[in-house]
Amino acid sequence: MLFYFFGAVAVIASLLVIAQRNPVYSVLLLIASFGALSGLYILLDAPFVAVVQIIVYAGAIMVLFLFVVMLLNAPHEETDFDERTHPLLRPGPMRFGAVLAVALIAELAWALSRSGSSATFSTTPVTSVAAIGRSLFTDYAFQFEVTSVLILVAMVGAVLMARREERPGGKR
Amino acid sequence: MFAFLSSNSFFIAQIGICVVVWVALQLSAAVMVYMERKVAAYLQQRVGPTRTGYAGLLQPIADVVKLLFKEELRPAAADPLLFALAPIIAATSAFAAFAVVPFGGTTTLLGLLSEPLALGVADVNVAILVVFAITSMGVYGIVLAGWSSNSKYSLLGGLRSSAQMISYELSYGMALAAVLVLANSMSLRDIVNAQSGSLLGIIPQFRWFVFFQPVGFLIFFTAGIAETNRAPFDFPEAEQELVAGYHTEYSSMSFGMFFLAEYINMVTVSAVATDLYLGGWWFPFIPESFGWLAFLAKTGFLLFFYIWMRWSLPRYRYDQLMSFGWKVLLPLSVLNLLVTAAAVLYFGL
Repeated sequence: MLFYFFGAVAVIASLLVIAQRNPVYSVLLLIASFGALSGLYILLDAPFVAVVQIIVYAGAIMVLFLFVVMLLNAPHEETDFDERTHPLLRPGPMRFGAVLAVALIAELAWALSRSGSSATFSTTPVTSVAAIGRSLFTDYAFQFEVTSVLILVAMVGAVLMARREERPGGKR
Repeated sequence: MFAFLSSNSFFIAQIGICVVVWVALQLSAAVMVYMERKVAAYLQQRVGPTRTGYAGLLQPIADVVKLLFKEELRPAAADPLLFALAPIIAATSAFAAFAVVPFGGTTTLLGLLSEPLALGVADVNVAILVVFAITSMGVYGIVLAGWSSNSKYSLLGGLRSSAQMISYELSYGMALAAVLVLANSMSLRDIVNAQSGSLLGIIPQFRWFVFFQPVGFLIFFTAGIAETNRAPFDFPEAEQELVAGYHTEYSSMSFGMFFLAEYINMVTVSAVATDLYLGGWWFPFIPESFGWLAFLAKTGFLLFFYIWMRWSLPRYRYDQLMSFGWKVLLPLSVLNLLVTAAAVLYFGL
């Protein structure tokens, strides 16, 4: 029963995120969706994951999103662009987008077709923080480290893009 | 009737605790308003409120009545939904965070209950993370208030507060992590009980984590002051620059809710600091059943410290706040965590 409630909230909120014209409302609806997801995690006997979901996604990342939206102060999306000259509507980006959409649908179909046999995962619920930490640093150590390297690369890239060009004269 | 009571007495006591906590939190805001007025007055060589009741004790009630009878205003250009929602988010998250904070040992209420009852609304095994999660939700109240008011001062106040809270949340969490390593648990009740103990039942043995974690305590409390937007870190509402910051456009009780949220957040930070570092309800020579008095006294002292700081120290500059948070507090807290972890490994504490 609660599963359907949280699931419905998550799905409806996520749909409304892309239906909104106002980006601030989109951010808020995404937070609501994350909240519903964390409710689902609690139903799955994983309170730690649920709370971390709130702290990391709803708490930290979405505050940054809201911060950026407010800083750019874009109250409404541009809706009256010229449909023939918009760069995203040229054939190149359109084809690329189509490929991405097909890939996403294929991945989803593949994942859903496998979801019937959920016994592939360990059946013992990982509720305690200690157990999560142990499996993270033993069974999944490689994935864990690779993810951290990935995040480091993203960070370096962001810093590089945000850094101002230094002029050859020496002064910035 | 009595049969119903005895069979459900535990359940009723649990609900009673919820009601007591809710009322006590609201009253704590009133007490804090009075304390703030009085302490501020004495620090400035005044006497503070004296006309409302004995020694001005009814001043908070007068303040609330004044707020209630003010006109509720809303700027024409404000976003109506979010403008109404923001103070609700702020106040709700402030109240909700206290739900997982234990404030006393187990008691049977002088034998009224068949089984011992733990003083605290809810005992969650990841309590400390829940507090953290709910406080981070409180930011949205402030940010949305700033944005939805559609006013320059409010927007700047909201932006400042979100930047400040993001910056200080990191050191806050790192300081916490060191305590978790020491206590080997995430349940606040376990953390408090890890700080109990006396030699032969009489001689107090100081196992409060503040003695193992003096640096961690300072980091935690400094970051806590920044998180609750109090002086000397009260940039979101810096009067000289931003009029009143994010709540410039609010009036009447919706302003009152921000006010309430600020004071209750202070109470929560002080209560969590008491649980984490000051031994919670444990105090030498005080039996466990009266431990909540010790808890109240410790939390009250920290709250007094808050007010004391506000009226003694000038406000920082905004860039000083940012460089202090990122260049001093964060490296210090990481170092503190590393040293603690190494010590726990080496000495097997």
